[in-house]
Formats: sequence, structure tokens, C-alpha cells
Amino acid sequence: MITIVLFIFAMVGFAYWWLWRQRVLEKPWAEVGPKADTREEIGRISSAAKTGLMFFLAVVTSVFALFISAYFLRMELPDWSPVMKPEVLWINTGLLVLGSGAIHWCSKAAASNNLRAVQVSLFATGLFTFTFIYGQLMAWGQLNDEGYYLNSNPANAFFYLFTGLHALHLLGGLWVWSRTTLRVLAGVELEEVRLSVELCRTYWHYLLGVWIVLFGMLLST
Amino acid sequence: MAHVALADRGQALSHPHSFITKYVWSQDHKVIAIQYGITAIAVGVVALVLSGIMRLQLGFPDTFSFIQPSEYYQFVTMHGMIMVIYLLTALFLGGFGNYLIPLMVGARDMVFPYLNMLSYWVYLLSVIILMSSFFVTGGPTGAGWTLYPPQAIMFGTPGAEWGIILMLLSLFVFIIAFTMGGLNYVTTVLQARTRGMTLMRMPLSVWGIFTATVLGLLAFPALLVSAIMMTLDRVLGTSFFMPAMVSMGEQTNYDGGSPVLFQHLFWFFGHPEVYIVALPAFGIVSDLLSTHARKNIFGYRMMVWAIVGIGGLSFIVWAHHMYVSGMNPYFGFFFATTTLIIAVPTAIKVYNWVLTLWRGNIHLNTPMLFAIGFIFTFIHGGLTGIFLGNVVVDLPLSDTYFVVAHFHMVMGVSPILVVFGAIYHWYPKITGKMFDATLGKAHFWLTFLGTYSIYLPMHYLGFLGVPRRYFAYEGIDFIPQSALDLNTAITISALFVAVVQIIFFYNMIWSLFKGKQAGSNPWGATTLEWQTPDTPPIHGNWGPELPVVHRWAYDYSVPGAEEDFIPQNVPESEVDKAAS
Repeated sequence: MITIVLFIFAMVGFAYWWLWRQRVLEKPWAEVGPKADTREEIGRISSAAKTGLMFFLAVVTSVFALFISAYFLRMELPDWSPVMKPEVLWINTGLLVLGSGAIHWCSKAAASNNLRAVQVSLFATGLFTFTFIYGQLMAWGQLNDEGYYLNSNPANAFFYLFTGLHALHLLGGLWVWSRTTLRVLAGVELEEVRLSVELCRTYWHYLLGVWIVLFGMLLST
Repeated sequence: MAHVALADRGQALSHPHSFITKYVWSQDHKVIAIQYGITAIAVGVVALVLSGIMRLQLGFPDTFSFIQPSEYYQFVTMHGMIMVIYLLTALFLGGFGNYLIPLMVGARDMVFPYLNMLSYWVYLLSVIILMSSFFVTGGPTGAGWTLYPPQAIMFGTPGAEWGIILMLLSLFVFIIAFTMGGLNYVTTVLQARTRGMTLMRMPLSVWGIFTATVLGLLAFPALLVSAIMMTLDRVLGTSFFMPAMVSMGEQTNYDGGSPVLFQHLFWFFGHPEVYIVALPAFGIVSDLLSTHARKNIFGYRMMVWAIVGIGGLSFIVWAHHMYVSGMNPYFGFFFATTTLIIAVPTAIKVYNWVLTLWRGNIHLNTPMLFAIGFIFTFIHGGLTGIFLGNVVVDLPLSDTYFVVAHFHMVMGVSPILVVFGAIYHWYPKITGKMFDATLGKAHFWLTFLGTYSIYLPMHYLGFLGVPRRYFAYEGIDFIPQSALDLNTAITISALFVAVVQIIFFYNMIWSLFKGKQAGSNPWGATTLEWQTPDTPPIHGNWGPELPVVHRWAYDYSVPGAEEDFIPQNVPESEVDKAAS
């Protein structure tokens, strides 16, 4: 449970640090008038969406941290035998890096109002990401062919679980990606998709980070 | 459109007019709150009936042939799970959170209204899945609400066919619903507070609900993870939690799994869950006490810090639920220490509630009665918690009725008293009508004294060593006849309390049609939800202009002011006029 406890400590520490900066030490009963509020902007939809995404990523991190905790606890039991790591995972990792790079490029292009570049980079994002998921399925197939079934060892079960869960999260991102792409193809103003693209960028980078952690963990154990 | 401030979207909010879009597929946080509330209470009534059936068996054994051991365990399991998750969590966060957060922070709605609507419908789906387990082969699961493997998924446990699968699926769906709602609640608090509403001017109800939601967002994943892994164990034959074992004379295909791993994951969710229910209750009760005592809450900052501190601590005490599972003695020491440390901020809150009442101008309105009742039951349940937090005391008491008494006082009766108090308190705002105060007070006294007569004797049963979870106690030498008689008395009290709730439902429904008009602020409260231009508030809450907040939420009985309360949106200049 060390992983999840460390994660929670980090979250709680961050929350306390943030609250500390919100003047929680001042005396609210002694202040009258609206000036006490120093926020410059209130209720912007863009900042709301980004805050919402940050909390969602915290939830997802909690899920993965718990699975990783369970992984390390379960590994200590005697029936554990490590799973084969298919070579294709390296190629997949490269694909995901490319996908992440493409969406990053896309957000730059959207910021500078370059429609052509937005179209190309969005297409590239989808292509690389779908290929990544296909590659993960190939890895599953290879494991299955070699006899590493889901229920024959907990190490295999965790492998399928981690990769499957990660791919499901990517599919969720691809759903938002497809809506954004359709709107771009329908010819809406770039300004209207900028927020979606920025949110996608954060999400893709985050899932790339998760994959690198998971892949590193699987390789080293 | 991407950068229009939410605060300025008042005119842009579409106001639906057909019945379906207004009351069914509504994106208005107030309608969603009522949908959440009614669904949660409805499913809570089912759980209440289940507990009545359990008590019939315990009070009058061998009398009712329709209660067999397997049904008894199914009812115990469903009662616990429904009450904790589908009633209390959904009601406090989905119900009160939805209703109060936007109104109290001065927002027009939640920041993601569509997601909010989806949250309710997915929650309803989880309830339907759970209820459907009553109608499948083998019935609902009877594994106990903690769903410990291996017994939860082994044949021989009631509901091992479909019940356990539906239970896990329902939890999975519930967590998705909660996450959608929870993201809304925290983001609304952080991003949509109106001008002047600093964090430290928020009413404690919002602080409690906000902190509980953050806890929920971080803790529910633990339940999700354990539900996923248990489902794989049950359906696809993996061995995350399942050890090698012989069942019904045959070797199972499971091998090497760790049931204790499940317990860690489950309680990593399970303990914060206690505070997911308790923190909103703490916050709401603070507001009720302050309003009806016409006095500012004592130690507001300390109350906020205590809520936040309890929230952080609640993540490092989980293994105190597992003392009897066996652990390294140093771990037991650690978890006992952290558990007792939580008593410090909690005690600060209790002192502050009592000190708020001290020399206050106490109005014993119905909500106030429930709030004061809560202080009693919560102190009671909290003190027995200190007993059970110690390893050496917990070991002999853990499997007895003492634990049942403890957690029902602290997590059953206490939050439910706050729920009732809060419903009575905000009923005039939600419906525009005033409830019948005499019936409300009768409801309080019968419920308060009735629940005490249920749970106080259970402590004695626990000290006698009467084991919990048993279907029948015949032929157990150390249990005297008096204990069995006590069980009969408890059953009579329990049935009495259950029946008494009819007063509440009658009062709510009768007042909706025949109650007097309540006016916009019948209690003379300072917080923003009482300052809306319309009662009940319409979609968009605030008319053309958002309120501007000038002061904290507890300006009651301010010296020099004409009235004994100054609403949060009243500037200093207008107060002076009133005083002169």
C-alpha cells in the first residue's frame, strides 16, 4: 500500500499547501466588503474545464496507484511468475510518444490559427493512438499464443489489467478527439475547438506518463 | 463562446418549459438534487424494511418461517450497503451537495450541468442494478456489506450465482456516477463562487461537502479497483484475492491469492467513506446550530481546519478495521495512534458546537432539535470509537454487538438526524411551504428516544459477548436469557422507530399541498440561498445580477445592527442605515 499512501500524501500535501495560500489564517469575521476577494476572473468556462480535468486526472491516478499497490503486494506471494514482455511494446511506446507529440503540435497550431496544421496534426494524433491500441492488442495476442493466459498466473492477470485499463482511458480520450475532429471538419472557428484541443493535449501527455510508469514497472519486475 | 464567464451566462441558460425537460431530463441542479434525494430516500426505505425483518428474526426467533439463515444474511448485506452508499453518500453529496453548493456560493448552476444530469441517471441505473439482484436466481449477495473474499464469491454463500456480480457491477456504476457528480461539486466550489465569496467566507456546509467530495474522489477508486479485481476473480477465474482452497469437497482452480489484499483495498475506501458521510453532516449541523441559536459559529477557522485535517487523517487509519485479521504489532500500534489522533479535531468540533450554543438565543425549532440531538448521539458514538480504536479493546469486542452499536450511533443515527434536520431546515426554501412544526417535533422526540432505546442496550449485549452476524442464539451457554429478552425489546423499539417515520413522510407531503407560505427567509438566516429573489429559486437562481458577498456567513446578533442577522450580500453601508 506504499504507492497509494505516497500518492495520497502528495495530494493531501498539495491541498494543504494550496489552502495555505488561500488565506485560511485570516479572520473572515473582521473583514467586510467584496474587496477581500482577490480573484481576477470568476467562473470562466475554460478554467472550470481545466480544473475539472485536473481533478479527473487525480481520480485516474488514484486508480492506477491502487492497482500498482496491489501489484507489489500480490507479487510477494510465492505463486508469482513473471510474464513475458512482447517486443512490440517498444514500438507501441514509440507510437504513443508520437501521438502525444502530434496533439501537442495541434494545440500550438490551434493557438496560432493554422487550420491546415490543426487538421493534419489531429489526423496524426488519431492515427498514432489507434495504432498504439492495435499494437497493444497484438501484444495480448502474442501472450495468448505463448500460453500466458489471464487466469494462469497473477502476473499475467495484472499485465492484461494494466494494459486494458490504460487502453480504455485512451479510448475515452479518442471519443473527445473524434468530436473535436468532426467539428474541425465541419468548419467551425478554430477558437471554438481550442479548449478541447488543450484538454486533449493534457490528457494525452498524462496517459503517456502513465504508460511509461507502467511499462517501466512491468519491465523491471 | 469558449471564454464566456459562467457568471454572465444567466440569459444564455435555456429555461426549458415542457414537463419532461423541466422535471425529468433536467440540468437544473435543484431538480437534480431533488431527484437524488427522493431516489436515495426511497432506496433507504427498502433498507429500513430489511432491518425490520432482521430484527424480527433476532427478537422473535423461530417465529417467522419466511426468514431463513440465507435470507437473513442477504438482508444484512443489502441493508448495510444500501444505507452507507446508496442512501447516505448519495443523499449528502448528490442531494444536499447539488442543492446547496451553487446556491450557497452564489452560482447560477453547477459548472457542468449536463454531466450533473448524467450523474443522477447513472446513479439511478446503479440503484436499479442493485435492486434487480432481489429478483435473480439465488437472490442478492449475502456476503456481508464488506464483501470479503473468498467467501463472497464461493458457492455456498447466498447470492453467489448472480447476486455478487450484480453487487459489484452496481458499485462500479455508482462510482462512475459519483465521479461525474463529484467533479462538478469541487469545480463549482473552486471556480464558480461569486464576487466576494472567498473560501473563508463559505458556510461550513459547503466546506463539509467540498472536503467530503475530495475524499470521495480519491477513495472511491479503491472500491472500484477491488470491485474490478473481484469481478475478474469471480467471472474469469483469476486469483487476485482467492487462495487455493477446497470447496464442497473439490479443489478449486484458484491459487495463491490474498484475501487480506482485498481487505486493505476495501478499507482504504471504507474508512474515508465514514468521513464522506460525516463531514457534510458536520458542516450542515454547524450551520443549523448557528442559525437557530442566533449566534456566530464558535471558532469558524478552527472548524474549517478541523474538517480539512480530519479529511487528511482519514486516509491513514484504515487498518483499524482489520485488527482481527492479524497484522504486525507495530502496524497495530501505528493505526491505533492515528485513529486516536483523529479524535482531536473531532473533539474540537464538538466543543465548538457546544460553545456556539452557550449563551446563544436558542430557538428550539424542529431543525435545531435534530441538530442538538446529533451532538448527543455523535459524542456517544465517538466515545465508543475511542474504545474500538485501541487494539487490545477491539479484539474482544470486534465481533460483538458493541461494534454494531458503535457504528450505528456514529454513522447511522447521527447522520440521519442531520439529514432530517437539514430537510426540515431547507424545506421552506425547496418547496416554498412551511412544514407542520408540531408533527416535526413529535417526529424528533420519537425518533431520538426510539433510536437510543435500540442502540444503548446493544452496548450491553456487546459487553456480554453476544456475537454479531448470527442468525440465532439458541444453545449458546454464555448468553443469558436476559440478553435474549433484551433483543426482543430492541426489536420492538426498532419497529416502533421505523413506523414513526410515517409522521415525517406525512408531514412532508401534506405540507407540500396544505402548508403555509414560508416566505423567502423564515429562519432569518444569513447565507446566500435564503436571499434568492424567488422562493423556491427558479432556474438560474439569481435573476439578472449575481449577488455580491460582503461578509462571512455568520453575522448573527451583531452589536448595533437592528436585526439579529445580516445576510452575506448586505454591504456595510446598508447595515448602518438599519442601525440608526
